[in-house]
Parts: sequence; structure tokens; C-alpha cells
Amino acid sequence: MRTFRLGGVHPEENKLSAGRPIEVLPLPSKVFIPVSQSMGAPAKVKVKKGDRVVVGQLIARGEAFISSNVHSSVSGVVARIDHVTEQSGYRKEAVIIDVEGDVWDEAIDRSPAIDREIRHTPKEIVDRIFQAGVVGMGGATFPSHVKLMVPDGKKAEMLIINGVECEPYLTADHRLMLEKGEEILIGATLMMRGLGVKTCIVGIENNKPNAIAHMSRLAVDFEGIEVQPLRVKYPQGGEKQLIQALTGREVPSGRLPVEVGCVVHNVGTAYAVYEAVQKNKPLFERVVTVTGRRLKQPSNFWVRIGTPVSALLEAVGGVPGDTGKIISGGPMMGKALTMTDVPVVKGSSGILVLPAQESQRMSVRPCIRCARCLRACPMGLQPYLLAQLVEHKEYERAGRERVMDCIECGSCHYTCPSGRPLLDYIRVGKITVGQIMRRRIKN
Amino acid sequence: MSGTLIFAVTVLGSLGILAAVILYFVARKFKVIEDPNIDRVAAELPGANCGACGYAGCRNFAEAIVAAGTLDGFFCPVGGNTVMKNAGAILGLEAVAVTPQMAVVRCNGSFAHAPQKVRFDGARTCAFAHALYAGESGCPHGCLGLGDCVRACTFDAMFMDEETGLPVVIEDKCVACGACVKACPRGIIEMRNKGPKNRRIYVSCINEEKGSVARKNCSVACTGCGACVKVCKFDAITLDNNLAYIDFKKCTLCRKCVTECPTDAIVEINLPPRKERNQGRELEENIVQTL
Repeated sequence: MRTFRLGGVHPEENKLSAGRPIEVLPLPSKVFIPVSQSMGAPAKVKVKKGDRVVVGQLIARGEAFISSNVHSSVSGVVARIDHVTEQSGYRKEAVIIDVEGDVWDEAIDRSPAIDREIRHTPKEIVDRIFQAGVVGMGGATFPSHVKLMVPDGKKAEMLIINGVECEPYLTADHRLMLEKGEEILIGATLMMRGLGVKTCIVGIENNKPNAIAHMSRLAVDFEGIEVQPLRVKYPQGGEKQLIQALTGREVPSGRLPVEVGCVVHNVGTAYAVYEAVQKNKPLFERVVTVTGRRLKQPSNFWVRIGTPVSALLEAVGGVPGDTGKIISGGPMMGKALTMTDVPVVKGSSGILVLPAQESQRMSVRPCIRCARCLRACPMGLQPYLLAQLVEHKEYERAGRERVMDCIECGSCHYTCPSGRPLLDYIRVGKITVGQIMRRRIKN
Repeated sequence: MSGTLIFAVTVLGSLGILAAVILYFVARKFKVIEDPNIDRVAAELPGANCGACGYAGCRNFAEAIVAAGTLDGFFCPVGGNTVMKNAGAILGLEAVAVTPQMAVVRCNGSFAHAPQKVRFDGARTCAFAHALYAGESGCPHGCLGLGDCVRACTFDAMFMDEETGLPVVIEDKCVACGACVKACPRGIIEMRNKGPKNRRIYVSCINEEKGSVARKNCSVACTGCGACVKVCKFDAITLDNNLAYIDFKKCTLCRKCVTECPTDAIVEINLPPRKERNQGRELEENIVQTL
């Protein structure tokens, strides 16, 4: 069975909520919808305090090229437009809405029937995806419509649908494939049409045999779509790793996947595309896994964007007493939250509650030059060296050693027997080297 | 036996003489004529090679001064006015006296004032913590307490106070090189005039959030109430984005703002303890008690 060539690690899978169907989370009384929910420029707010909004109404428009629309996820009254604390602890502009009832925009098709008929031109498809504010649901939140516009001189050959979900604990994509498999494949067909490609591969790791069987059965009815099982290895869900695992092609350093003819989208994005194009439904809810070994019932939920994380934690029976960290995302790449009153955003794939014992980092000891990080790095970098260069502020050389190629998967830190915070330093290096490079371009 | 000895001495000796002659002519031919003033100026400089003047090292600074032929725009913060005066004397130039400065940490969010809400266990560097999250106290502008400034200081003029979790500048050692100002990812440290008798008054906060929000994380945050602006008779205080700033060039150290500040965000350093204020407080307390 295929997998990517370089590096990789095998963390414990802990897919606790894999058997739990996705439940609908009850509406919160108030939502906080940040206007910057994708990479790129924040959207411009289009509502005022006191406005009545309905579900699916546009509340902020993405006006820059890399930017995305934001829609109301609830119906009610705009309480205020203010800066609220985001997942990072920094305060960002957000629209705060008091929830009243659940009135949906009339343009949204709410019928449960699956709409298989494709009636839009490629241009209309891309436009609808932009209008609906669809972003990469795997966590990077890159605006999806931008990915479907292939730059001049480049040619896309195939679409890759990412159903890998290599992060331990998370099961949102897995459940989505089981419950909305056909919609995902229709979404993929729409994106193939938008891109003008004839082939599509859905990559799924073989720790989800039921999803592979289900998707393979459905894919028979779709022209050009093939389901490819993959051997489990973290970080297979990384764009470049997945392309290599499925096609054997390697994306050159510093280039985009389209350079090798591939465009990668997550299964969650494919589903959002289906809803946006076929059902005219903007992206205002997503599947979030709430999990952790000490939780009463790890579950998957349909959550409206802007719902506070505390509401999710309540729905699974509260936070156990010995909790050390609450992480937004998976244990490998997620970020620890500093407070639970922060909103769920388009990129939140999971909330992980870790007991104090499991969340503690090892004490830092000196590097013993065992080179485990080198073997683990899926990008073929030298994490020990990069971390040391950054520690000594040798940014020029860190840049030459390709610090910008790091995908921040955390395999190096995971594998380090000395518990060195390698990725922390590499992140500092990426930020600083990025700043230096931008300054150089400007001059 | 003696023949071999004589032979060796003659050959080596003549080789030595030949090499000396060649070297002499080569040295004459490729001689670099350098202004002797560069050496003399460089000897005056502190020799710390800290880079605070904007040049890579002290010698580069000396070369630049001699080449420029003027002292305008050149200043060695480490050596200060004396060094600049001596350097000027060598070159026959007049050095303009610059007010001595020192680094000031504009955050008072100690453990007591801004209690920790979370614990950070990542790499112990402010640059990383700043990129990752708001900080242990939750204040997105406050000191992260991981000591990037202390590590940047080449003069041992800073240390982290274990009790408060904030960096402290040692007045006698700080030479105002500005390394800590560059190292702080939040821009908390500022170069301010040392002040007469080392006395300084400044707003020890850079939080630009609304007062109510700022106070949630820190009891000594500037809330932008503007009381200090009203009380200042010298127009030294400005209020921008909910944050007061005292212009050290206009401040006369009258201390009215310090008394007025409701959150104790304005800090006075090296000023003599005042009696009136305490008396006033006692009086007030007495009145309250009698009432």
C-alpha cells in the first residue's frame, strides 16, 4: 500500500469518537463571528449594530484577492461589532449576534434530497464557491476559490481529495465521509469541472476501512473519481505528502502543488462546495470533534461558526477536573487554548481535552545528535540544525537550510528523545526569515 | 662536517636576505596609506563592538567619522558625550552634547498585578510566545517574561526579577545601546532621557485596549481615562488609542499625574518620597473614620 517516502511518525491514533454519528449541537444564545476566518486579508463588515440577520446572510465581504466572505450562522440581532478574544488570545474584530429563533435565508435549499444534477459552468462554480465563503476545512483555511483558479501558464491535471485525517483523535472527516459520502463526491465532481480536470483521487488512510469501502462503493457511479487507500503515517494529510503518496510526484521547494499538476482539497471542503453550489448554502457550520480520554462521551457535532468552545465542552459533559490542556485542533498541530470563551471558526476541526499528565512537555535536555528528527522530517530538513540556527539568530543560514519549507507538522518535536522544543524555534525562524524575505522584495 | 654546516648557514642566510629584500619592495609597492586619525579615534572608543551606533564595530565607526569629516549624525551611546568630545578633539571638531538616555521597561504587569491565567511550556523565548498567543496573564501587550531583552543585552545591564517576572534595567550599567528595544517583540522597552539626577516619570503600560478590557488582565494597566492629560500643565501627556504617553522632553517631573492616575500606571523613579500625599491620605482616612 502506498504512503509518502520521506520521514513521518506513528503517534497513537486514539480515534475515540470514530463510531459516533455527527449530532447537531443546540444553538447557543450568542455567537461571536470573527471577520477574519481565512488566510489573507480580513473581510469588511457589512452589518451594523441592531441589524436583524437571518441564517446564511452575508455579514462581511472579502474584498482582497486572498480573502473570503463571512456569513451569519444564526438568525437574530447584531448585538455589537467589537474586538473579541480569539483562539490565540489576541483580540480580533468580530460580529456578535444575539440568537433569536432559527430563520434561514430563503435562497437556501433545505430539502434533504441529494442534488446530483450538475448545471453550472466552471466559472459559475468558482463564483458560487467564492460567494459562499468556502475555505480549506483541513485547518489552513486558504480560500478555496483561489485554489480553483489555476495561474496562467500552469495546468492542473488532477484533483486530490484529502480524506486522510492523519491527526490523532480527530474523526470529523471520517464521520463526514461515512454520512455525506455521496455529497462529497458530487462536490469533487463540481471542483473537477471548475478546474477543468478529468481525474480525481480520494486518498484515505487504511485505519478507516469502513470509509474506504463506503467511498469506493459510491465512487463507482462517478466518472473519473478513484478511491486510493493509503498506509497510515503522520503527516500524510499534508498537501505535499499526500501528492507524493498518491502520484509519486514531488512538489519543488517553495512552489505550489499546481506546479506538478495537482490541486488538493479536504473532504470537508468538498462537502462545503457541494452545499454552496447545489444547495446555495454558504459555509456557516462545520463538523467539530470534541474528544479526550477522560471525557464522558467523545463526540462529533455539527457546529455553527461562532459558537463558543465552552458550549461544545458542556455538550460532552463538561471538562474533567484533572484537565491540563484544551487544544483546538489535533494533538500534533493544534494550539492550546488560553480560555474556553473563544469562538469556533471555519478552521476548527476538533477540540481536544488532555489530562494534565498527558499534556506535560518533557523537560528540555541537550541535543544528543541522534538524528531522529532528521529521519522523522517529512520535508527532508534538519530540524535540530534549524532550531539551533534560530536559537543563535543565524537567520540567513536558516533560510539557506530551507526553514521556509517546514510544514510545522511537529514530527521532529514528537520524536526528540531530549524533549527539545524544535518546532517552536523553527516557527520563530519561519516568521523572522519570512519578514527578512518580504523586506528584501520591498527594497 | 664543518663544510656541511657552513653550506647550510650560507644557503639559509642568503635565502633570508633575498626574502627580506623582496618583502621590502613588495611592502613599499602595496603600502596602504591610512589616516592615522582612524587609529587615534578608535583608541578613544569603548571597544565594545555593540553596534549601537549603527556600525558593525568601533573601528568601522571611527572610519566613518574620519571619512565624513563631521560629527553630525554620529553618536556613540556607550561612550556618551565624553567619548564624542575626545574624538572631536582629535579631529578638531566640535561635538554636540546629547542628553544621555537609558532603557525603560514600560510594563508593570508583575505576577501580583497581572496574575497568570495559563502556563506556557514552550520554548523559553519571547519571539515564539508572542507569535503563538497573548501571554500568561492574557494581556496581549504586556511583558511575556521570557527574557529576550536580557539575552540581547551585551552589557549585563538587565536581569529578570524572579518575584515580579519582569526585566529590570540596572541604571549604572545601561548604556542605551538599544539592543533590548529591538529584541522585544512587543515594543515594551523604550529609550528615554535619563533625566536630571536620574529622575524619570513614565507611563508603565503600552496596552491600547479599552480600559475595562485592559483592567481585566492587569490592575495597573493604563485605561486611557485621561486624568493625567487634564492635570498636566505642560502639555507633556498625550492620549492615543486609550493609552497615555508622557513626552520626556516636556515633562518637568512635577508628579501631578502620578498622584492623579487611578490605576497607578504612571511610575516615578528616583524621586524623593513625598510627604504631602501620605498626609493627605491619612487626613482622608481620618475624615472617613469620623464620618
